[in-house]
Amino acid sequence: MSQSLVDDVDDPAEAALGLARPVDAGQEPPSVPGRRAGIGRFLLRRPGLLLSGAVLVLVVLASFWPDLFTSQDPLKGVPSENFRAPSGSHWFGTDELGRDVFSRVVHGAQLSLKATIIAVLVAFVVGGLLGVVAGFVGRWVDDVLMRFVDVLLSIPALFLSLALVTALGYGTVKVAVAVGIASVASFARVARAEVLRVRQAVFVEASRASGARWYSVLGRHVLPNAAGPVIVLATLDFGASILAVSALSFLGYGAPPPAPEWGTLISDGRNYLANAWWLTALPGLAIAATVLSTNRIARALDGEWSRQR
Amino acid sequence: MRRYVIKRLAQAVGVLWAAYTVSFLVLDFLPGDPVTAMAGAGMDSGDVDPARLAALRHEYGFDKPILAQYADYLGRAVRGDFGDAVSTGRPVTSTLADALPQTLQLTGAALLLAVLLGGGLAVVATYTSQRWLRQLLLSLPPLGVSVPTFWVGLLLVEVFSFRLHWFPAFGNDGLRGLVLPALTLAIPTGALVAQVLAKSLLTALDQAYVETARAKGAGRWRVHLRHALRNASLPALTVVGLLVGQLIAGSVVVETVFSRDGLGRVTAAAVTVQDIPVVQGVVVFGALIFVATNLLVDLVYPLLDPRIVVASDRRASFV
Repeated sequence: MSQSLVDDVDDPAEAALGLARPVDAGQEPPSVPGRRAGIGRFLLRRPGLLLSGAVLVLVVLASFWPDLFTSQDPLKGVPSENFRAPSGSHWFGTDELGRDVFSRVVHGAQLSLKATIIAVLVAFVVGGLLGVVAGFVGRWVDDVLMRFVDVLLSIPALFLSLALVTALGYGTVKVAVAVGIASVASFARVARAEVLRVRQAVFVEASRASGARWYSVLGRHVLPNAAGPVIVLATLDFGASILAVSALSFLGYGAPPPAPEWGTLISDGRNYLANAWWLTALPGLAIAATVLSTNRIARALDGEWSRQR
Repeated sequence: MRRYVIKRLAQAVGVLWAAYTVSFLVLDFLPGDPVTAMAGAGMDSGDVDPARLAALRHEYGFDKPILAQYADYLGRAVRGDFGDAVSTGRPVTSTLADALPQTLQLTGAALLLAVLLGGGLAVVATYTSQRWLRQLLLSLPPLGVSVPTFWVGLLLVEVFSFRLHWFPAFGNDGLRGLVLPALTLAIPTGALVAQVLAKSLLTALDQAYVETARAKGAGRWRVHLRHALRNASLPALTVVGLLVGQLIAGSVVVETVFSRDGLGRVTAAAVTVQDIPVVQGVVVFGALIFVATNLLVDLVYPLLDPRIVVASDRRASFV
């Protein structure tokens, strides 16, 4: 059928080779202080990673306590102060109604972060469930579910999201669900591959042989050991979801107008591109910085840290 | 070889059927009555005449059981009839076909740019012995995949249209109007191509055959392009095959940014007025592009790497 996006472990022999990978859940390294110093050194050698973490902390703070960053109202403008270029009193300038753009970006973080988290959760839960069931049950269930996943993969993500938006309607949450469903397929594939890999491990066989029920094998042995790569995928998907959600809200399917969603801010600013560059450039910078940071952190989680150790 | 192609074509048809079914389920089962949406499309008031609703229901067959509806629609879709666009009344197939050339031009140009820029970046970054240049070049692709396409498009318009007046900001006219949209669409794709190609080039340069070629006196540039690049291009080719569908879908955003006519604009408009037949047609078309490019990529593989044979009973595999 289609080329797989993610490496698939179809061959049992290959899956058995996965045994060689360390499965270290529940084994604390002996010296905790030494490990902590390791993290510090690891971060100090990567200023970019440190900066990414800082950006992400700021975005999270902004979405829970926007008042920490700005005291200006994101919705109320001073008409006489419209189209002011960025300055000390208005860091990101003001828009056509005299609203402070920086305050709108800060308050928009909440909407955009909420949508992104919903999208990632939907993809993680639905995709993970599909993958775990397919990998754990096997046989025809596996075949049916994975063929379905292949079909999802064959429809370009944006088209699938748009079809779901058509069916569900507009709004931040609906857009988030649409984006989440569109990335279910890759989660299902990774989760299935991991479950297949762990299922072959000796300790799973041992727990089966000693009479553990299927649910305890699944819950205590398979899931905890299969979770890692799926969680890395979730961090990667976080950046992609921010982009997808903002694209859909740019197209006008997100929260209705006065709400300062990031994509909406840019599409509003688009009308004044010729005379007020800051209305598009600066909110976009916020999106780009956030996505860049989450992608950098995902890359660190995906191997750099474990290779270092 | 022929049996292989026939088998792949059969699989492709299977995927298309399933994509059609998924879009049918999504659009006709989920909340929101399509008929009310259709009748309301293009009208200002929310009130819709009940008689008109009933007539529409009958016309579209929504008064029949769901399975009968499905069979009916599928039968027509197989014959290339995806129904009529609700907003214009024109057949979906010709609506899409009219918009397609503009979009194919855009995505074709974007694909070319993505491969040239992304590939060029990867080749230069792995070839150069200047550490700073390599690090600079390799830091670009992660940036390229992290920026929102619509934002890049607007920035390009701001700089190259409004300030420098080099290219038109909007519209479909000619080659000059194609430059900025194609570049915008090419950036995320090109970045991915660069990432994959740079990684596989580095792997390839470590292989024994590269050592052999060097030992036999081949120049560095020749080893890089003739020996390493040819082998390293396979993973990049796979990625390109997977990304063509995303490029077509990306036209929705890019054509909106640059106010270009094309499939993307048609799709965006259809979603806005909940024009279900058009959206369904677009989804199936997206799947068709995906299936077709993957088939093409699999058939091109043996040309690049003669060790790959197209087996009659298995997928392209190493021997």
